[in-house]
Amino acid sequence: MAFDTSPGLAYRGPVPPALLAGRARTHGHNNVNETSDDRPLWADEMRALSERRDESAFAALFAHFAPRVKAYLMRSGSAPDLAEEVAQDVMATLWRKAHLFDPAKASVNTWVYTIARNRRIDILRKRARPEPDDLPWGHEAEADQADALALQQESERLAAALTRLPEKQRVLVERAYYGDLSHREIADETGLPLGTIKSRIRLGLERLRHHMS
Amino acid sequence: MPDPARINHHLTESLLLAYATGELPEAFSIAVAAHLSLCDECRARSMTFDVLGGALLETHAEVLSDGALAATLARVRSEGPAPTPRTPVPADVLPAPVRGYVGGGLDAVRWRPLGGGVKQAILYRDEHATARLLSIAAGAAVPDHGHAGTEITLVLAGAFSDGIGRFGPGDVELADEDVDHQPVADPGGDCICLAATDARLRFHSFVPRLAGQIFGI
Repeated sequence: MAFDTSPGLAYRGPVPPALLAGRARTHGHNNVNETSDDRPLWADEMRALSERRDESAFAALFAHFAPRVKAYLMRSGSAPDLAEEVAQDVMATLWRKAHLFDPAKASVNTWVYTIARNRRIDILRKRARPEPDDLPWGHEAEADQADALALQQESERLAAALTRLPEKQRVLVERAYYGDLSHREIADETGLPLGTIKSRIRLGLERLRHHMS
Repeated sequence: MPDPARINHHLTESLLLAYATGELPEAFSIAVAAHLSLCDECRARSMTFDVLGGALLETHAEVLSDGALAATLARVRSEGPAPTPRTPVPADVLPAPVRGYVGGGLDAVRWRPLGGGVKQAILYRDEHATARLLSIAAGAAVPDHGHAGTEITLVLAGAFSDGIGRFGPGDVELADEDVDHQPVADPGGDCICLAATDARLRFHSFVPRLAGQIFGI
């Protein structure tokens, strides 16, 4: 497969790590890029939002995620005005559905990504995206917390692996996510170590099935 | 639901990635979502691609206009939480995403006979692809056909065999333009499948070709 880089798709480089690390943690922490903590990233804010409709927690989530959702939509071909409107929409959904967020199932950025992706399909692609059967998660509080943290750590390792990917390959993965490759062009290999995360999610599903049966 | 451990034929990485990135035609998404409802292995692989989407989301940011937060808060402040989704309906041969398109369970499907013990019901069609349910009577054959495009067939009940293999509940068969096949339902019972195709099927004999024109398959 040959991939040309047209000007509109030029890779603009990742945002500086300082910006990525921007997160609202009330307790002091030097190494903000890692979750050596006992709480997954943004879990406190999500809980405050879900339990108390806490507006300062929402403001912190908004400050971090709204600009990222806007960037995702613009890189997917949306005009800045529409991207801004949809980013606000996505954050409004996060407010409304905060009580449905389950940290054992996904990290917050994964969850926000799925909301933003679904809005993008609705609005830009004008089609629906059928979802699989909903699974009732969250059976064992203790295992859930360990799962949530482990999933967060794996997600961070994946983010790090993404930055180490050769540029050509990384651009290809980005193009797939920004809707710039047709489903026939999407390659079978991303070149990323996805196996560990998959195994972890798989174990979670097995445990869940065990509880359901 | 079928025993996930007995599913032998799975979705490809590229289909799962296309589903995760929102690039699949809707008809294919129905088939993928239906398989993910039955198969934990593919569901875990699919969720892994969502994790990658979340990691990518972190890499770029665009400044929002002043007042964006205030505007969003003004919209939602007075709203209560969204309703919690209802608990899943009792098990049916049709997984939830398929029931959504049928408007009910297997009993609600409005079949149209195609002849030779085969019935179909179109679930969804747009300019990109079509999703349909097929019911093949025990021992009956779907007319021998090739494909102008891609076809995903997911078995929901019963089983069929063709030159490629045997496919039971939860299994998916992926066929492209190189595949000519003639699925035959197992003698044990009717085989119910969900098929998504991204171009019209080509049949190899005159009568089914005519049927293809009439029934749009």
